[in-house]
Amino acid sequence: MVARIARWRVAWPVWAGAALLGILVLVFPLLTTRPFPIHVMILIFLYALLSQAWNLIGGYAGQVSLGHAMFFGIGAYTSTVLAIRWHINPWLGMIAGGIMAVLLSIIIGYPCFRLKGHYFAIATIAAGEIIYTLFVNWEWVGGARGLFVPMQPESLVNFQFHSTKVPYYYIILVLAAISFVVTYWLERNRPGYYMRAIKEDIDAARSLGIDATKYKMLAMMISAFFTAIGGTFYAQYVLYIDPDSVLPLALSIRVCLVAVLGGVGTLWGPLLGSAILIPLAEFTRVYLGGGGRALHLVVYGALVVIIAVFQPGGLMALVKRFKRPGFLGSSPV
Amino acid sequence: MSPGMTLFSQVLINGLLIGFVFSLIAVGLTLIFGVVDIVNFAHGEFLMLAMYAAFWLYHLFSLDPTVSLPLCTLFLFFIGVVTYKLIISRILDAPMLAQIFSTFGLMVFLRNLAHFLWSSDYRMIKEPLIKGRIEVFGLFISIPQLVAAVGALITTGLVYWFVTRTETGRALQATAEDKEAAALMGINSDRMYTLAWGIGAASVGVAGALLSNFYFIFPEVGDIFVLTAYVVVALGGFGSIPGAFIAGIIIGLVQVLGGYFLSPALKMVIVYLIYLLVVVLRPQGLMGRW
Repeated sequence: MVARIARWRVAWPVWAGAALLGILVLVFPLLTTRPFPIHVMILIFLYALLSQAWNLIGGYAGQVSLGHAMFFGIGAYTSTVLAIRWHINPWLGMIAGGIMAVLLSIIIGYPCFRLKGHYFAIATIAAGEIIYTLFVNWEWVGGARGLFVPMQPESLVNFQFHSTKVPYYYIILVLAAISFVVTYWLERNRPGYYMRAIKEDIDAARSLGIDATKYKMLAMMISAFFTAIGGTFYAQYVLYIDPDSVLPLALSIRVCLVAVLGGVGTLWGPLLGSAILIPLAEFTRVYLGGGGRALHLVVYGALVVIIAVFQPGGLMALVKRFKRPGFLGSSPV
Repeated sequence: MSPGMTLFSQVLINGLLIGFVFSLIAVGLTLIFGVVDIVNFAHGEFLMLAMYAAFWLYHLFSLDPTVSLPLCTLFLFFIGVVTYKLIISRILDAPMLAQIFSTFGLMVFLRNLAHFLWSSDYRMIKEPLIKGRIEVFGLFISIPQLVAAVGALITTGLVYWFVTRTETGRALQATAEDKEAAALMGINSDRMYTLAWGIGAASVGVAGALLSNFYFIFPEVGDIFVLTAYVVVALGGFGSIPGAFIAGIIIGLVQVLGGYFLSPALKMVIVYLIYLLVVVLRPQGLMGRW
């Protein structure tokens, strides 16, 4: 009891801060009517979702994928093609896209999970580039010209809004929150423990009777599903997709950089990384334009090297130095 | 020769010529991998730096790439050594994730630095010393490509000779095989690792200078070559120089033949499929040691 009170005394400012931040996030669209800040917030949550999804396979299970754009693209293309060809509602398209991505993850994961470390990473690059090239040359899905999402009257059911970005804000907030809840659950339950055991030492994990392939596959499937959901959201938000916007290697790289900066294998790392990188990227893009476009990535690349060399736990490892273990539900890398 | 036959031979020659360059780029990659056991994700960016070095030496000091080739090679050797000393030497025993992200971050850093400093414009060397083409038996051979192929062949041979025939090269091989045992024989593994990074980077220094004679120079130029080089390294067997040499030629031919029989747009799909097939079905590649 005494210990609990003592812990509460230490932790309450952090809890209060978190609650305040939560309320701010919820009412944020009421505080501003300018579209740009809301756009930046939407991207922050989108990338938090994507990099949390990446984090499941790359961070918790330790299988570095550099091809996640393929799942994002499959999600975006599935819902858009279904809407164009068969007038299927984008919410259903979103689920269909998720299922397609899970199928793709099985096709790719099954042979590739036999590979270790670097070989797996390069294999995912290869798979991502194959999908990208096929879509560029596949006329039925628009080829290099891309596809426009069919215009619908704005409503939640149609998943389209033209006069305001605010509904998109709440939709992506909920989607990202779901991915965090799922990760939180996995982290504290058997699959999460198994994934981390596989990452630490796959042979030791196997000798304890853990079916490594099964749990890597599980992580990959959940990861692919959430990434595809992000893809459909992107398609409905921008209303136009092409291979260069939803399937490029650069997207795969960005998603994994967000997680690495924030802290791989931690629950809050993806949000932290996204909250730092995305505004940096958007502001340099808007205010510096052209040549300045790459500046944030220069800083970012340097940060990733420094983190890899000196602090492989990412920024979350720094945060953890200032708090008691276990508070934010995160685990050491 | 019939027109179809001529075209086919022409395609084969082009594939062979570019194959030698792939070989050289892959030799650098496979050397680093074999000795230090780390994949250099920034290898393509090293190539890009070499091409820009050749471009700026030409643009600012009117040094033709053929003349500046030794300078580019030295510069890249230096880059390789610095990369090892500053970054790689610190993560040799780090977890796999840290190893991947260190060179991966370096890739992002160098590529975007090039965007930032030199813009995304496509540049080229306008009037290189080596230009034009020759006609042999009705086939046209671009002289810069021929020079690049011969230069790459010679450099690959030199690296192979160095690694297998000199005392330092044998020490390098010993370190690759068993670091601890080599250290017991008095071989300084840190020096060997530095050397592997230096030579690995210097190989793309040569390749970059040779390519700058006829290839566009832009921040992403490394991508296409180095993605191919990963496939070459895997096909040849990770760590094997002769393997990389043979696989480079095979991949060069596969690319042009794939472009010829299927469609130029799909040639890279075949190359990536080869990677996936090789690592899944025959992970040791053609001549891998394990």
